[in-house]
Amino acid sequence: MASLQYTEVSKHFGRVVALDRLNLSIADGAFVALLGPSGCGKTTTLRLLAGLESPTTGEISIGGRDVTALPPRDRDIAMVFQDYALYPHMSVAENIGYPLKVRRTAAATIQKRVQEVADLLQIGHLLARKPGQLSGGQQQRVSVARALVYTPQAFLFDEPLSNLDAKLRLEARSFLRNLQRKLGVTSVYVTHDQAEAMALADLIAVMDRGKLVQLAPPLEVYRRPATTFVAGFIGNPPMNLLPCRVADGMIHVTGGALPLPAVPGATRAATLGFRAERATLNSMNSTNSAESGISAVVYAVQPLGGETLVTLQVGDSLVTVRHFGDDVPDLHENAAATLYIPPAHCYLYDADGALIA
Amino acid sequence: MVKRKSLGQAVGRGAVYLFSMVLAAFFVTPLLWFVVAPFNPEATLSVQIPARPSLANFEEVFRNQVAVRGLLINSPIIAGGTMVGTALIAALTAYGISRAQLPGKQVLTSILILFSSVVTGTASMVPIFLLMFSLRLINTHLGVILVMVGGLIPSAVFIMEDFVESIPRSYEEAAMVSGARPLQVFWDVAFPLIRPGVMVVAIWAFVNAWGAFLTPFILLRSPDLLPASVAFYRFYDLESSTAMLTLVSAYALVYTAPVLVLYLLVNARYGFRFYGGIKR
Repeated sequence: MASLQYTEVSKHFGRVVALDRLNLSIADGAFVALLGPSGCGKTTTLRLLAGLESPTTGEISIGGRDVTALPPRDRDIAMVFQDYALYPHMSVAENIGYPLKVRRTAAATIQKRVQEVADLLQIGHLLARKPGQLSGGQQQRVSVARALVYTPQAFLFDEPLSNLDAKLRLEARSFLRNLQRKLGVTSVYVTHDQAEAMALADLIAVMDRGKLVQLAPPLEVYRRPATTFVAGFIGNPPMNLLPCRVADGMIHVTGGALPLPAVPGATRAATLGFRAERATLNSMNSTNSAESGISAVVYAVQPLGGETLVTLQVGDSLVTVRHFGDDVPDLHENAAATLYIPPAHCYLYDADGALIA
Repeated sequence: MVKRKSLGQAVGRGAVYLFSMVLAAFFVTPLLWFVVAPFNPEATLSVQIPARPSLANFEEVFRNQVAVRGLLINSPIIAGGTMVGTALIAALTAYGISRAQLPGKQVLTSILILFSSVVTGTASMVPIFLLMFSLRLINTHLGVILVMVGGLIPSAVFIMEDFVESIPRSYEEAAMVSGARPLQVFWDVAFPLIRPGVMVVAIWAFVNAWGAFLTPFILLRSPDLLPASVAFYRFYDLESSTAMLTLVSAYALVYTAPVLVLYLLVNARYGFRFYGGIKR
């Protein structure tokens, strides 16, 4: 177990900048998710740590030891691959025991350790099979077992759940979370699924176009996205973003105005962000008298059972409001509605997309 | 109207069948001769079912020391050596080329292919002879094997490369992260995965070397060392300079058998997947 550190790490593939001066430090025992759309550099970040790529510039250290120039085998890490990469010609037991075999561990010790790990992951009865005879979920567990069989400094996960179907993915998610808490090994987890990152990680590193955009605990990333990119990426539905103008101590949007949440200065164009569950509508049973409303037109009503999503048209933009409970609000398409947003839950982003307040 | 149309169709189909049969006969007849003639003590160039089938031709063939030695010792040594050499070198080379980040890899392999058609060609026999002579490898099996391997390697690498490219790198990466050294990665993970490709290349090399005539004919002098392909010359009547068809046919059948058996064995186990040659 060890802390991990990226210092000014860049990676260029020809003219493409996959990673741009990354500075990231991960504490011993932490579970960090690297989150972002495809091509954001998250997998490159992971592969650099594994030693499968070498950085163009910068330094990477594991447990305070500079490993930038070391080959993967000398980094003492374990990695779970997206396609599991189970050797098809070896049995499950041979697959799990392979890291020990290349470490020249005694055969009896290997057998004992493989059995322990396999039992822990509830695949002890599959040891004699070949990977081709296993289901996707079982293969996933074997690939985790192969990482667990030795005690590495860190676990690296490269989208390990993306090949599972929805139900298995939920199961594997809670299983991985439980396992990591139990073992306390520093883990880096690459995913493009924001729900997975929210559910698993202690810290989320949101990446966009080769840069680290925000590093924070999941709920903070959700509540206070650092940029409009993060706001639009995290949460389902993502944060509502409305173009607005800041003037005279008010936020002006088409159809209304809101008091400023804080006091940034001059008149300018900006973007207003708010979460679907923080806003309410006039017809919904809540008291909104203190807030000034924004007039809008109902665009669509989607009852989902436990909640209802109401999409509204404000100016040229669509925003979504979440209404909890199984009572569907009495709203019709094209009806006028008034939108209320508590100032405490408003976020303002400047023209570059950075959070102002 | 309907009737005439179907009549026309029938005639057309008949013509196609007739044409196919003539075409088939053209190719099948030599094969038929090849199977029938060895058992006919009075074989000629015509295909005739022997009146009294016998194994007399085979008895006569097996009395010839050079022919037997060629078939049972020299050909297996040359073909086996070429097979092992080509398969091993091609596997390692293709793996290296595929996994290394080399600028202009495609050009390199294309040049190799061009090269191979020259190296084993008749045109290069004189320089190869001189080279082997100065290496003191004339009249040795090793010399023949080296020349054969050298000639087959480029095409073998080309075939092999497609097999290697089709293996996801994550297998090797998983092994590397697990702590394996490069050679361990190759032997434990990559080689077993490309084994079907290695088998294809091995058989292909074996068949090539088994059937090779020019190289051993030129490089070998002692009758003791001649492979079966060259030993055929023992069944020529030197005075009339005609082939003794009875013996040639019997020897040909025995000569072909190992290759056929090998092909069937490998095909049953791996199947021949020749997607080599065309870049996807």
